[in-house]
Amino acid sequence: MAVAFTVNGTAQSVDVDANTPLLWVVREHLKLTGTKFGCGSGLCGACTVHVNGKAVRSCQTTMSEVAGKKVTTIEGLSATSSHPLQKAWVAEQVPQCGYCQSGQIMQAAELLTKTKQPSREQIVAHMDGNICRCGTYPRIVRAIQRAAREG
Amino acid sequence: MNKPITNLDVSRRGFVKGAAGLTFSFALSGALLGRPSEAYAAGGTKLNAWVTIAADNTITILCPTSEMGQGVLTSLPLILAEELDADWSKVKCELAPGNPKLFGGAHKMFPGAQVTLASVSVPAYYMPLRTAGAQARKVLLDNVAAEWKVPVAELTTDKSTVIHAKSKRRISYGDVVKFAKVPDELPKIAEGDLKKSSQFKLIGRKDIKRVDVPSKVNGTAKYGIDVQVPGMVYASLLHAPIDGVKVESVNADDVKKIKGVTHVLSLPFGVAVVADTVEASRLGRFALNVKWDVSGAKAAPFDSEKAKEEYASKAKDPNAEAMEAFKTGDADKALAGAAKTLEAVYWSEHTYHAQMEPMNAVAKVSDDGQSAEIWVGTQVQPLASAVVAGVLKTTPDKIKINPQLLGGGFGRRIWPDAPVQAAVIANIVKKPVKLMLTREDDIMAARPRPMTHHVMKAGLDDKKSLVSWHHRIVAENVDAVAAPPRFAATKGRDYIGWVGMSQDFYKIPNLKADAIREQRGMRVHAWRGIGAGYNKFVSESFLDEVAAARGVDPLDFRLELTKDQPRAQAVIKAVAEMSNYKKKRPGRGLGIAFSDYHDTLTAGVAEVSVDKATGKIKVHNYWIAVDPGLVIQPENAQAQIESAIVYGLSGALSEELSMKGGAIQQSNFNDYHVMRMSDMPELHIKIIATNNPPTGMGEVGIPTVAPAIGNAVAQLTGKRLRHLPMSSDRVKKALA
Repeated sequence: MAVAFTVNGTAQSVDVDANTPLLWVVREHLKLTGTKFGCGSGLCGACTVHVNGKAVRSCQTTMSEVAGKKVTTIEGLSATSSHPLQKAWVAEQVPQCGYCQSGQIMQAAELLTKTKQPSREQIVAHMDGNICRCGTYPRIVRAIQRAAREG
Repeated sequence: MNKPITNLDVSRRGFVKGAAGLTFSFALSGALLGRPSEAYAAGGTKLNAWVTIAADNTITILCPTSEMGQGVLTSLPLILAEELDADWSKVKCELAPGNPKLFGGAHKMFPGAQVTLASVSVPAYYMPLRTAGAQARKVLLDNVAAEWKVPVAELTTDKSTVIHAKSKRRISYGDVVKFAKVPDELPKIAEGDLKKSSQFKLIGRKDIKRVDVPSKVNGTAKYGIDVQVPGMVYASLLHAPIDGVKVESVNADDVKKIKGVTHVLSLPFGVAVVADTVEASRLGRFALNVKWDVSGAKAAPFDSEKAKEEYASKAKDPNAEAMEAFKTGDADKALAGAAKTLEAVYWSEHTYHAQMEPMNAVAKVSDDGQSAEIWVGTQVQPLASAVVAGVLKTTPDKIKINPQLLGGGFGRRIWPDAPVQAAVIANIVKKPVKLMLTREDDIMAARPRPMTHHVMKAGLDDKKSLVSWHHRIVAENVDAVAAPPRFAATKGRDYIGWVGMSQDFYKIPNLKADAIREQRGMRVHAWRGIGAGYNKFVSESFLDEVAAARGVDPLDFRLELTKDQPRAQAVIKAVAEMSNYKKKRPGRGLGIAFSDYHDTLTAGVAEVSVDKATGKIKVHNYWIAVDPGLVIQPENAQAQIESAIVYGLSGALSEELSMKGGAIQQSNFNDYHVMRMSDMPELHIKIIATNNPPTGMGEVGIPTVAPAIGNAVAQLTGKRLRHLPMSSDRVKKALA
C-alpha cells in the first residue's frame, strides 16, 4: 500500500506494507542513511527521529503510524549543520565512530525543545536510552549544556 | 652527511623499516583527480601516492588505516602534513586502498602490514609518514631551487609555501606543482632531515579538530551499512549458532511465500534470506525455523558453567601441559623457599564487542565468480580481500575493497566474515547483495574475548619482599583462531591472550607466567585491550592481595616495585596526586592499578561505593594518568582515553556472554548490558606527553579500570572480587 507522509519538509509516498518500520523506509527507500540501525528493538536509540516533533525509535514505528505525519531525520534537523546541538557537537568534538550520534542528537533536540535549560540529571534521564559504545557520554552532556547555553 | 633512513638500525627502530618503499606523486594536471584511492585503484596512472597536491593548493593525504572512531583519518595525515609543512586548512584526508606494499606500516609487531588494530596506527606510521612528508617537501624544494636558480639550502617552507628570504620570493605549493617534475627516483630522507619536535607546527596542537566530525553530526558520514549500489538486493541471515553446524531442516517454502523474498539459502554460516527489499529480508529472517545438525560442531558441548569446572580442575592438574609464557629467575624455587605464600583464583567471562553498527557488507561478484567488488568497513582491508578471494577460489588482486567508515571496530571488524558472507550470497544470486546482520545475529556471530581462568601464586621472603610470582592462565588461545600464521610460527604462543602477564615494569626477581590451552572450538578474538583486559584485572588485583598480606599500602607497593622505572613512577605518582589517593572518603573505597599495555604507561584510581542490598557497584570518580610518549593530537588523545575507560567500565561491571550447547544465550541490548550515560563516573584524565616515540592510545585506558574498581571494593568492604564482570549478582554473593 502507498503511505503518504512528510520527511524533512518534503511530501513522500512510499509503496510498502503498513507494518514496515519507518527506519527501513527512511534508510533504504528514501536513502536518508543518517538514521542508523543499531538493535531493531528500541534498545539503543541509534534510529531516533522526530515524528511531529516527538523523538521516536524509527525501528519501532510502523509506516501506518506515520501516515500523514511529519518526520524529521538528522538530515532535516538543519540545512547547514547549524542547529545549536550540531554546532555544540562539533565544538565539544563529541563523535568518535559517530554511528550513534544522529540518534543522540535527535534525542537531545527533543529535550531542548521541551526544556530550554536542562539540569545534568534531566539530561541523563532523557539520554539514558541512547547507547554510545565509544563512550562519548561525558562529551554529549557537555555538548547539550553548551547548546542550551549558547543557543 | 646524513645516513639514509633505510639504513638505520631496524632492530632498535623497527618502525623505520617500512619507510623504504615510500613514494608519492603529484597531480601535475593541476586538478584533483577525484579520490586518490579511486584513481589508484583504477590503475594505469603512477598514483601510488600518499600525497597529492593540486594547483588550487589543495593537498590530499591518504590515511592507510581504517577510521573506526579512533581518529586516524586526522592524526595520520597530520603527521605527514607536519613534515610537508602543509597548510592544514587546505588538507583533505582520504582513506587509502588496501595495499600493504605501498601502505604497509612499520610497527615492530606487524612489520609491513596494513592493519587497524592493537593501537598501532600512530606508532606504525609515525616515521613512514614523516618520511613521506619530508620527501614530498624535498621534491618541491628541489624544483623551486632549479626554477629560481638558487641553492636549495636557502629555501624554507611554511603553510604550503616555499620561501626564498634573500630575494623575498614566495610561491605556493599549488603553483610549484604547475611546473614541478617528480624524479623517477625519489629523494632519500635521513633522520636528520626530519624536524625536531620543538619545530612541530601541527603535531601536539590542541586546536586541531577531527576532520570526520562535521560529517558525523549531520548524517552525511558514510558507513558500510549506508552503501547502496545499482541493482542490489538485500540479504538477512539467521547466523549459525556455532561453527561447523549444518542445516538439518528449514521452513524455506514458508519463508519464500513472503512477498519480496527470492531465496532461502542454507549455507555453512547460517541461513540467508534474500529479498528485493530490506523489510522482506528481515521478515523472512524472523520467520525462519531452522533445526541445526550440530554433530560436526566442535563447540557443541560447550557450556559456560560446566567448562568452568573443567578449566579449574585442569589448572590444578600437575600433569596438565602448561606452556611457558614469560619467565624471570626461578619462581617455583622461590615460592618453595618463601616465608609466606598466597594463592588466589580469578575468572573472566566471554565478552562481546557490541559495536553499534551490526556486521554488514555489500558485495558484487562477476558472472564467472572470479572477481568481486566489496563495500565494507573493515579493520584489515588486505585480510578481507585475501579471505574473500580464498572463498571464491580466486586471487586477492581480483577483489576490490571499497573502504567505508566503521561504526565501531574494537577488534570485531578484523575478521572479514560479513564480506565473505555477502560475496558468497552474491555469487549464488548473481546480483549485488547488501547483507545486514540483525543485532540478534551479530551477537550470535560474536567473536568474543575468551573466558579465562587464572591461578595466582606469590611468595614473600622473611623481610616481606615479593620474591616469587606465578600467573597461570587457562583459556582458549586467541592467536590460534585470530592469527594462525603467527600462532604456528611461535609454536603456540598466544600473543593476544597473554598480553599483560609479563610485568615488565615491576621488579620481581622470580616470575613465571604459563598457560594451559583449551581447545573447545570457541571463536575467540581480539577485543579492545586484548589480554591486558583480563590479565591486568587479575595481576593488579592480586598485587593488592599481596600488598595486604604484607601490610603495605597498594600505592606504596607499586612505587617500590617500579623504583627503577621513572616513567612508571611518574604516572603512578600523578594519579595518586590527582585523586588525592590517601585521603579516606566515608562510604567510598579507592583502588589503584597500573598498566604497561602496548608500551603506554597508565595508572588509574577508582572511587566506588557499593549497594549491599543489590550488589551494584557505583563508580563515582575515575582518575587516570597516561604516558603515551609523543602525542599527535591532544584533543583526540583525551577522547580516546575517555572512550577506553567507558569500554573498560562496561567490561568490568556488566558485560558477559554465556554459552549453552556452544551457543551464545544473549540476544540484544536487553540481556547484554553495556554502559549507559547514567552509569558514568566523573572522568579525570592527565596525559603526560613526552618526546619518546608515540605508543598506543586507542585501548590503553582499559586495563587499569577493572582492577582499580576491584581494589576499591576490597578497600571499602574487605571482600575481594575475583571474577569479571563484577556484576551485581557476583558482588552480592561476595558480600553475603
